[in-house]
Amino acid sequence: MKKVYFDHSATTPVHPIVAEEIIPYITGKFGNPSSVHFLGREVRKAVEAAREKIAQGIGAKPEEIVFTSGGTESDNMAIKGAAYANCRKGNHIITSAVEHHAVLDTCEALKEEGFTLTVLPVDKYGMVSLAAVAEAIKEQTIVISIMHTNNEVGTIQPVYDIGRLAREKGILFHTDAVQSMGKIPVHVDDLEADLLTISGHKFYAPKGIGVLYIRQGSNWQPVSHGGSQERRQRPGTENVSGIIALGKAMELVVSELEEESQRLARLRDKIIQGVLERIPHVHVNGHPIKRLPNLVNLTIEFVEGESLLFSLDMKGIAASSGSACTSDSTDPSHVLLSMGISPQNAQGSLRLSLGRDNNDEDVEYFLDVLAPIIDRLRAMSPFFQQNMIRLRLD
Amino acid sequence: MRRIYFDHSATTPVHPLVAREMDHFLTGDNFGNPSSMHYFGRIALNALDEAREKVARAIGASTGEIIFTSSGTESDNMAIHGAAYTNRRRGNHIITSAVEHHAVLHTVRALESHGFDVTILPVDRYGMVDINDVEAAITDKTILISVMHANNEVGTIMPIAEIGRLAQERRITFHVDAVQSFGKIPVNVDDLGVNLLSLAGHKFYGPKGVGMLYVRKGTPWKQTMLYGGAQEHMRRAGTENIPAIVGFGKAVELAVEKIDEESKRLITLRDRMIKEVLDRFPHVELTGHPNLRLPNHVSFVFRYIEGESMLLSLDMRGIAVSSGSACTSGSLEPSHVLLSMGYPHEVAHGSLRLTLGKDNTEEDVEYFLDVMEPIVTRLRAMSPLMRNSDANIPAE
Ligand SMILES: Cc1ncc(COP(=O)(O)O)c(C=O)c1O
Ligand SMILES: Cc1ncc(COP(=O)(O)O)c(C=O)c1O
Repeated sequence: MKKVYFDHSATTPVHPIVAEEIIPYITGKFGNPSSVHFLGREVRKAVEAAREKIAQGIGAKPEEIVFTSGGTESDNMAIKGAAYANCRKGNHIITSAVEHHAVLDTCEALKEEGFTLTVLPVDKYGMVSLAAVAEAIKEQTIVISIMHTNNEVGTIQPVYDIGRLAREKGILFHTDAVQSMGKIPVHVDDLEADLLTISGHKFYAPKGIGVLYIRQGSNWQPVSHGGSQERRQRPGTENVSGIIALGKAMELVVSELEEESQRLARLRDKIIQGVLERIPHVHVNGHPIKRLPNLVNLTIEFVEGESLLFSLDMKGIAASSGSACTSDSTDPSHVLLSMGISPQNAQGSLRLSLGRDNNDEDVEYFLDVLAPIIDRLRAMSPFFQQNMIRLRLD
Repeated sequence: MRRIYFDHSATTPVHPLVAREMDHFLTGDNFGNPSSMHYFGRIALNALDEAREKVARAIGASTGEIIFTSSGTESDNMAIHGAAYTNRRRGNHIITSAVEHHAVLHTVRALESHGFDVTILPVDRYGMVDINDVEAAITDKTILISVMHANNEVGTIMPIAEIGRLAQERRITFHVDAVQSFGKIPVNVDDLGVNLLSLAGHKFYGPKGVGMLYVRKGTPWKQTMLYGGAQEHMRRAGTENIPAIVGFGKAVELAVEKIDEESKRLITLRDRMIKEVLDRFPHVELTGHPNLRLPNHVSFVFRYIEGESMLLSLDMRGIAVSSGSACTSGSLEPSHVLLSMGYPHEVAHGSLRLTLGKDNTEEDVEYFLDVMEPIVTRLRAMSPLMRNSDANIPAE
């Protein structure tokens, strides 16, 4: 059966060149980078070279790059470390309603500990407004965390403006760039970020490796304790092969960024156009222009998201109905709800996220497969029947 | 040049069979996110479940008690921080030992500045914790005891089962860092009587970047470190590191499979090394317990020589060893472990650790001994301390 992977926002395959690069670090070069002897030194050199590549990729200095186990850890570290380090100065944290749970749940946990929290609303495109941020800032505000791009609907936030405002006010600004890395430019100065999160498995490096960028001079403190790795900012023996992979993947995505995002945007628009032409009662979620080139989020009315995913899966198409890490729960997406989409429509959402192996053929296959699935599911839907009757009566 | 790796306590090579399984999950259709409901997700989820079963089986746990983490350090942090805060209403007293890894000691120290009371137990000259000291330290506020199974610097094996019984009697949560012992001596959560237990993959021929925390069912423990996703039954957020977890599972399986025969082999090598070094070189002392020590662990203090100098000289001859633990190397502080065993600073500075592994042979040991002779002679000839001591003090 033909297999089409349209779920690159959940995770990506490891790039073959990346895989090739890391095999030696799994098989032969196994030293602990903290070891003084030859095996340690050889690996230390490779780790530092990777750090440089990553720094270069996001416009940072190598010493501002801290390796972590993934996006979730980086988000936790960023926000907690900033909150604790500044708790004498104030206790107020600002974030948005559409953040990933790694940010939202961390902020909620801090709230339990006595910090105060403002969760900013978004507009119907999932966009945070600069004015709302400005209004929320208080004397006690110490951290603002707003994601660069949303993982469910792809909306690109006005991060630069928010970052500049935060800097003017002397507030630490964190941005989660997990979804934007490799798809649109991510540069720490252009985003005015003090803290920035990236995760390897979202751009063709393996799972289990991430980065927290910490701008030099930021008042931030570590949140876990142990050895003196990563300049005492994140203890634990380094995931060497993951680090090497991340360096290579960064190099690849940055060098291919422009061309690849144009290609993906074309495929994305072809999907949107095709779906809108062939299927009635469909809405595109997220911002019409300020959006990721590789992501489409659709509300298909009168269809239950889970049945749709299941039907697509049977045809070899892997998609999702929101973010992967909450797919355990049957709650509708907090992102769509906060954009004002009804719970029922939120349940019928379909996220397609494209990647480097996808092509026109995949898109056509998907479009061909989708229409009959929707017809069948709607035929079974009581809501759809009622709606059709109502339409005819109107 | 001949290369010998005698630093298996710092890290180990990935077993070829482990590497093979990992490769499989770095290519093809096996890259899915286990939280995804489609085909790719299901493959990943199956792999995750299988690895979890292997680990549970190996340590005598059930699968619901296994949480995959990113390292031994993360497991230690999670265990202690979580247990401390979950039991905060019952009390605020934590007991640990002076020779723990920094992942434990520094975590406990950090809690101390947040209103927890901490007792750091002393050790004897072998680096051993005394069960009577544990008992004497317990108060009605004690909520957590954390003592390592085997020490990373001197290899001493602690009386964990006894401490476990005591903790169980007093209903105190008991955490054990088994990072160094796993794969070398039996690690069974019931035999040891633990509530929480930490492992790190890269210490037993698994990959770096993966660890495990065992949490006994019913233990008053909640995660308090990492928020965000529903992974690992809501106890450790973050997309699972599937290739590494698969590697971890395989490594666990292999480690347990050959443990008896491999330990015997390593003990023979270890004891030969110890005997020869003590016979050939004066002013050398074995550190750690002579018998209750890890099968692969050899550690000494050489008087009148800097450990670092020995390390570098051996390195030039292709032999990788360490002088203390890897993660504190680079610091000029003498080992907190040796200091708490009663060694003075200048003696602790002369420490040398040789930790053996599956690829080491009799010949490696011979080669080391031959190479070591001239190194010791040369370094001691350069040492002003040695000359003074020769003049003033008769040899021990
Ligand atoms: C926006 C965003 N932040 C954070 C994460 C978490 O990253 P990881 O799964 O690497 O922990 C994800 C991915 O799930 C994400 O999409
Ligand atoms: C006893 C002990 N605990 C914890 C650790 C930390 O493990 P990791 O470096 O994998 O985080 C180590 C290894 O350095 C260790 O020897």
